[in-house]
Amino acid sequence: MTTLRDTAAVTGVGETRYTRGTEKSALRLTLEASLAAILDAGLTPSDIDGIVAYASGAVVAEDLLTNFGSDDFRFSATTPMGGASAVAALQCAAMAVSTGVATHVLVPLGRDGYSGARINRRVGQMRQFRVVSEFEAPVGANAPAQYYAPMARRHMELYGTTSEQFAEVALTMRRHAGLNDNALMRTPITVADHQASRMIADPFRLLDCCLESDGGAAVVVSGAERAADMPQPPIVLSGMGVGHPDSPSAITQRPDMTRLGLAKAAPRVFEMADVTHDDIDVAEIYDCFTYTVICQLEDLGFCAKGEGGAFVEEGRIGLGGALPTNTHGGLLSQAHVAGLNHVVELVRQLRGDTGARQVDGAEVGLVTGYGDLGDGSIAIMRRQ
Amino acid sequence: MTQRDRDTPLPVPTAESRPYWDGLRAHRLVLQRCAACKRPRHYPRPMCAVCFSLDHEWFAASGRGLVHSWTVCHHAFHRGFTSETPYVLVTVDLADGVRMLAPLAEPDASRLSVGRPVILDYQDVNDDITLPRFRIHE
Repeated sequence: MTTLRDTAAVTGVGETRYTRGTEKSALRLTLEASLAAILDAGLTPSDIDGIVAYASGAVVAEDLLTNFGSDDFRFSATTPMGGASAVAALQCAAMAVSTGVATHVLVPLGRDGYSGARINRRVGQMRQFRVVSEFEAPVGANAPAQYYAPMARRHMELYGTTSEQFAEVALTMRRHAGLNDNALMRTPITVADHQASRMIADPFRLLDCCLESDGGAAVVVSGAERAADMPQPPIVLSGMGVGHPDSPSAITQRPDMTRLGLAKAAPRVFEMADVTHDDIDVAEIYDCFTYTVICQLEDLGFCAKGEGGAFVEEGRIGLGGALPTNTHGGLLSQAHVAGLNHVVELVRQLRGDTGARQVDGAEVGLVTGYGDLGDGSIAIMRRQ
Repeated sequence: MTQRDRDTPLPVPTAESRPYWDGLRAHRLVLQRCAACKRPRHYPRPMCAVCFSLDHEWFAASGRGLVHSWTVCHHAFHRGFTSETPYVLVTVDLADGVRMLAPLAEPDASRLSVGRPVILDYQDVNDDITLPRFRIHE
C-alpha cells in the first residue's frame, strides 16, 4: 500500500510582520509572506507550480500567478475547513508533490483580519454556516465565541474543568509571545488578569479569545527527495490527516459536543507517522479559544477526555514542560493567520531556528488546525 | 403580535424548512422525521442519515426537554442584540429526540444546570416570523 508518510517536506517558510492596523491589502500581505517563503526555499516565484489557497480568504491562486509570472502552473486546490484549512493544505500539497502532479506547492495565507473585514463578523456569509445562519443566528448566536461556549460549558459541567485552567493556557501563550519579537501581545498576564477580563460569551472571557490581526504567512511543500538538495534542512511530513465531527454543520445537534473532528484524525495520523505521544517534542495547537486547546489535547490522546484541564496545569504546556505548546504565542498572543503561523513555527522549531524560545533538541512535532464548527486537521513532522 | 424594536438577523425559510417555521408561527413545535424509519431530525434536511430515505414527514413535538448546555452572551456580535445583553442561549435535549438552541426567558443562568427541565415558549418577531425560546419548567 502506498503512503504519504515522509514523501514530502516543508522546504520554505515565511511571515510578514504582524500588526493590528495596516494599509496593505490581504493580497499584498499574502505576496510578502509568499515571497519570503519562496526565497527561504532557495526558489523564485516562477518555480511555484501549485497553490493551495485559503478557502475562507480573499485571495485566490490566480491573484498570485499574475504576480509570479508563472508559465507552467499545474495544480490549484483549496481545503475548505476554516481554521483547519492551513494544516489540511499540507496534506493536499503533499499529495500533489509526491505524485508528480506538481513540484513545489505554495500554501499562502494573508488577511487584513483587523483592518479589513473583521474575522468574527464574516461567519454569517460563509456557505458552510448556512444551517446556523438560518436556525441559530436569529436567536442570537452570531460568532464563534457564542457557538463554542456551550461546548466549553458542557465540558466544565461534566468534568469539573475550571476557568482558572483556561487561564493557564492564556498565560502560557502570553509568556511564549514574550520571547517572540513578531508577536502582538507580549505583556505578561496573571490568573487574576484573566479572571478580571470582561466576559464575552460565558465561560469565555476576553483573555480566552484569540486576536484579530493583519499579516501573512506562507510555506512551500516539495517532494522529499528534492528537498534533500534544497538549502534548508528538510522538515519531513510524516503523518497528515483531517477529521470532521459528527453533525459537522451544527454543534447543537452533535451527539458529543466535547469531541472534535480531530479525535477521528489523530489516531490515524500517529499510526501513519509511526510515532507515539512521548515522541512529540513540541506541539502547535490551534488556539482560537483557550478551551479549544484543552479539548484538542484530549482528542489528540495526550490525556483522557475530561482530563485536559488538569493536563495544562503545573507548566506542562510551557517551555521547559513535558509538552511545550504554541511556542510562538499562538492565535491568543502572537497573531491570527488562521493557524498557518503555527505551521511556520513548528518548522522553525524543528530547524532549531527559534532563539530564546527554542525547545532543546526538538526533532518531532505536531501541528493542528480547527475550524468551521469542529473540523480538525493534524500534521506530524520531523527533522530528517 | 409584538414587534421587537431591534434589527436582528431573521430566518429565510426554505422549501425544506418552511413547515418548521410555519409551526412556530402558529405556536406549535413541528419537527421533521424520516418517513421510512421514523427517526426525528433537526435541522430540517433532505435525507435520513441512517436509512438514506429521501422521504420525510412532520410531527407535532412536545417542546419539553432537559438542559444540555448554555452560554451567557455578554458581548453582542450583531448590533441588533446589543440591547438584549446579557442574554442566555440554552441548548436543550428535547424529549422529542433532537436538540434545540434558543434563548432562555430570563437574563441569567443562575438557575441552570445540566439536566434541568425546560419547556418551549414562543417569541413573535413580526407577522411572519416567530422564534423559539425556553422557560425553566417549574
